[in-house]
Amino acid sequence: MTTLLAATALCGATSAFATELEVTHWWTSGGESAAVAEFAKAFDATGNKWVDGAIAGSGDVARPIIISRILGGNPMGATQLNPGKDADDLIAAGLMQDLTELATAEDWATILRPKSQMDSCTLDGKVYCVPVNLHSGQWMWTNRKVYEDAGIAPPTNWAEMIAAAPALKAKGIIPLSLAEGWPVGLLTEDLIVAYAGVDNYVSVYKDRNMDMARGPEFAAVFAAIDQARQIIDPKTVVPQWNDAVALVIQGKAAANVMGDWAGGEFAVAGMVAGKDFDCLPGLGVEPVLGTGGDVFYFPKSEDPEVTKAQLAMASMMVTKEVQVAFNLKKGSLPMRSDVDLSAANDCMKKGLEILDKGTKVFPNNSQMLDRDSLNQINDVMKEFFSDLTITPEVAQEQFAAIIEAAPK
Amino acid sequence: MNRPNPLFRNLTSKLAASPMIFIVLVVFIGSTAWTVASSFTSIKTLPIFTPQEFYDNWVGWDQYVRLWNTPRWITSITNLAIYGVLFTGFAFIIGFLLAVLMDQKIRAEGVFRTIYLYPFALSFIVTGKVWAWILNPAFGLEKTVRDLGWTSFSFDWLTNRDMSIYTVVIAGLWQGSGLVMALMLAGLRGIDDEIWRASRVDGIPKWRTYLQIVIPMMRPVMITIFVIVASGSVRVYDLVLALTQGGPGNSSQVPSMYIYEKLFVGALAQGTAASSVLLLATAIILIPWIVVEFGKKSRV
Repeated sequence: MTTLLAATALCGATSAFATELEVTHWWTSGGESAAVAEFAKAFDATGNKWVDGAIAGSGDVARPIIISRILGGNPMGATQLNPGKDADDLIAAGLMQDLTELATAEDWATILRPKSQMDSCTLDGKVYCVPVNLHSGQWMWTNRKVYEDAGIAPPTNWAEMIAAAPALKAKGIIPLSLAEGWPVGLLTEDLIVAYAGVDNYVSVYKDRNMDMARGPEFAAVFAAIDQARQIIDPKTVVPQWNDAVALVIQGKAAANVMGDWAGGEFAVAGMVAGKDFDCLPGLGVEPVLGTGGDVFYFPKSEDPEVTKAQLAMASMMVTKEVQVAFNLKKGSLPMRSDVDLSAANDCMKKGLEILDKGTKVFPNNSQMLDRDSLNQINDVMKEFFSDLTITPEVAQEQFAAIIEAAPK
Repeated sequence: MNRPNPLFRNLTSKLAASPMIFIVLVVFIGSTAWTVASSFTSIKTLPIFTPQEFYDNWVGWDQYVRLWNTPRWITSITNLAIYGVLFTGFAFIIGFLLAVLMDQKIRAEGVFRTIYLYPFALSFIVTGKVWAWILNPAFGLEKTVRDLGWTSFSFDWLTNRDMSIYTVVIAGLWQGSGLVMALMLAGLRGIDDEIWRASRVDGIPKWRTYLQIVIPMMRPVMITIFVIVASGSVRVYDLVLALTQGGPGNSSQVPSMYIYEKLFVGALAQGTAASSVLLLATAIILIPWIVVEFGKKSRV
């Protein structure tokens, strides 16, 4: 509450000179736009002006634009990025606003959890970004009605989904929808986590355990991916992740593997978790959650008014009210544990439960590997998915070679 | 007695040319040299400028070894060759044929010219999106024909990894042929009517007049068109992005997509290495042409 009062007081002082801040992000789907609107509303209420700089596409499209603008001396007021190594070089070059003072004053280290997110924002003891939500990519979404109409019990895990595929295909339904590009990489990582386990995933991605990457545990993963690509008809692959989710919502596809941000799309479509659709963390194999998410960085500005507005925005983003409003729309988990989430849907509650236990939580891929290597892995997996002549063994070796060459 | 210093001869014109000389040296040659030099380093996000930094980050040919071991890059280069040859070739043929048809003193020429030139007014992004819808098997051409009754009809190039690059050629031609036509038409109109009368008197058929007299006479126009079209095909980026996103898989990737991605996701040197390769390839094609074309004139 004191934060809110402080923000209100600040707004009283500065409202005469509303500062415009351009905010770049890649939240353009239905649920995401609704969530961004909450940020914009709250920021405008501080007496400043949120200038929306949405970049259509995905992080892969937006990231180069954002980084080239900051490097090129044309920085935005604030920008979304993923926690991890993406901005490390920009911070080292002194291009990012130091938020340490604000973070200490508002005690982010205590009110925000899990610790890994704040660690990702902290470099040499200084805080450079504000985490706004927690996302996990390890979810399978299924349309219950599609399965029931086909006389099949809705699957509770990945293997059951695969088993149901032939029957659905015969009825002209896409058993597993997929989007072009990074969702292929996400599916790969989810299957690694499900089939090789969290510990082995971290040991390869973080500790570069090469015996593991080339070993039988990962061979099992590539066999599972091989199964998945056999049931996916290339004609049904769509350009964007939300198109793939939409296929499930419309009942044209039975299942999709996507992060919890897909929950926002189901909510916008008015579907109820547990009744109309199922959400299965860890693909139903083992309930686990990655601690991905979104953070906001503030490129350094010469103009003290801009800096002031940036700090006001950072402070606004972690207030209780904004955290709840934003995350409910986004389908993600709030950074604060002290907020009222009675309005949360079943999927979010499942996520919170896993998060509170804390044992099955692991770091996000971008916290362990650099973006260049992650993109190379995506390239390999994209090819593996679309070209059935590539054997799982070849793909596994290509994957291992990238991990081996990745900078520490 | 005092011979004037040759440096100060034509001083005014040298002064006038100095901004241009400065731009050429710094912007073109300087940046090119920097790009090539940085491709031998291991830099990631931030550019470097001092010799010491270059020395510290020097890795020799590593970036090139990685580049040519990357399947995506090999696909990209192959695709560029396919696109460049087919797009340039067909743009010439279609553009010329359209221009010849236009040249037959038809009625309402202005209307047809506008129609053919119109696609050129659209950006590559719009072109790509429109063709992505037309070619999408789920709701485009294939579905429409099937709904009309031809149920075995199949046109799935967009989602077929062996054919996807050809959809880019189709969309590119739809967009670019009109411009080639307009330029060719201007070239055709520049041919003196006397030539036509003379060939008619000699009884030469019309097609032979076009092929053996008019086309050789249009050489300067042809070269201009070639430079515009060929350089446009090397730069192709947004069309692929909007049409196929480089997919399925990486099957329709082009070099500019690889370069752009690497430059700004923390593999700067890999990006400059790839652009150096493109630069070299372009130079290998352009330098012989420059020598032939401009070398001749200086001897006159």
